[in-house]
Amino acid sequence: MNDERIRTLMNPLINENAITVQILGLCIALAVTKTLATALVMSAAVMAVLVLSGSVISFIRHHIPRSIRLIVQLTIIASLVIVVDQVLRAYAFELSKQLSVFVGLIVTNCLIFSRAETFAMNNRVVLSALDGLGNGLGYGAILVMVGTVRELLGTGKLLGETVLLTTTEGGWFQPFTLMLLPPSAFFLIGLLIWGIRTWKTAQVEPREYLAAQPEEVR
Amino acid sequence: MPGDLTEAKPDGDGARRRSWLGRIASMPNDGIAKTLIVALLVALFGSVLVSGSAILLRPRIEANLEGERQRNLLEIVQRLPGIEQLFDRVEGAAVEAFVVDLATGEIDRSMLPEQLDSRAAAQDPSRSVAIPSDRDIAGIKRRSSHEVVYLLRSSGMLRLIVLPVRGQGYASTLYGYLGLAGDANTVVGLGFYQHGETPGLGGQVDSPEWRARWEGKMVLSPDGKLRIGVAKGAPTAANAPYEVDGLTGATFTSQGVNNLVRFWLGDDGFGPFLNRIRQQ
Repeated sequence: MNDERIRTLMNPLINENAITVQILGLCIALAVTKTLATALVMSAAVMAVLVLSGSVISFIRHHIPRSIRLIVQLTIIASLVIVVDQVLRAYAFELSKQLSVFVGLIVTNCLIFSRAETFAMNNRVVLSALDGLGNGLGYGAILVMVGTVRELLGTGKLLGETVLLTTTEGGWFQPFTLMLLPPSAFFLIGLLIWGIRTWKTAQVEPREYLAAQPEEVR
Repeated sequence: MPGDLTEAKPDGDGARRRSWLGRIASMPNDGIAKTLIVALLVALFGSVLVSGSAILLRPRIEANLEGERQRNLLEIVQRLPGIEQLFDRVEGAAVEAFVVDLATGEIDRSMLPEQLDSRAAAQDPSRSVAIPSDRDIAGIKRRSSHEVVYLLRSSGMLRLIVLPVRGQGYASTLYGYLGLAGDANTVVGLGFYQHGETPGLGGQVDSPEWRARWEGKMVLSPDGKLRIGVAKGAPTAANAPYEVDGLTGATFTSQGVNNLVRFWLGDDGFGPFLNRIRQQ
């Protein structure tokens, strides 16, 4: 692998992460991270759609008329999402029941559209596939982190296995019920963004304004 | 994009094309002909992909749904104490399916339960009845004139009645089973095998915790009023025997379940059938 390919694959992991830097695709991140299992399956589904849609769109990119390019991208993405949904219903029925409408809603995930429009339309097939894989991994990494924290603190379990014995079962751990509600994903993602920006200061934008000093106001 | 108006750049992607494909490819990209052809081909690609996967995976998906339905039925049946010995003794023949004529409440022995698909029948005007909108609290518009119920008897006594129920929730139609004890008045279990409610909120309708809340609730008050349902406010001592607490963060789903339970236990649902059992 040459430098360009490695960069395409690695950049979306942290430096250009869809969730923490671009703040895209949060609806899904809030809804499916209650347990680690759903977060993992959703990550795999998003990754599959990203790689496949990137490849297909990149393959025909020179022949997509500009006037209908968004419809063409949407058609391809939507078809792939339906296929992924069907596969989940057939082979991971229990989890697909928990994910319910959110698999179908991958179609409307801005992340996938943004990769199709900004990357796959302008780059070769292999590079587009790698970009999809990198973004899928970056997206999945955040989902998995949030899902792990939410399931562990909310129920004391991980992947359904007891890790911390809760007080109701005779242990010491008092479950943090807020973690089972969607807003907790907001808080966790916010904390993550804070942490990453403290570590990677390049992500912090310059100030758009300066607070007025008291004497200037008068 | 002037550079893209003509032939594709020779960058390796599909460089070798057959002649007709080559001709399409070399058309000006923004011409009407190419726009139409590309739209058509993409639509074709999408439909082949979607219908292909639907056809290939349908048997598995349907088997999953059927398994879920049976698990649900079994779960309600197993709630009854002493049920296991019963099954051992009679070797699976303990639960019997019957077709009920909902209007009269009579068991119709001329119809075979395995041949009645009440979901399909509900769409067929000759085998279903429209429900007046002011009484259609479950939001199902039509119901089949016949439904399949499951009865379990032991030593001559009716022990369990399992009724299929369905109705509009918040985001979807909920399908499930309601189990009543032999007195046709005590809930043994309520479970949903198919729904599309929001995961984590309304989706909790099929969680074991919420299912457990229904056990032992009474359908009718002693004076014969339909009292069962989902509590609207804080539970009081007066309604505690009849009402369950709603789901947190899922008011509409809870209300939907309330409505569908009351619909199917009421006069337009299994009411006449249950009244006959109570009189016996």
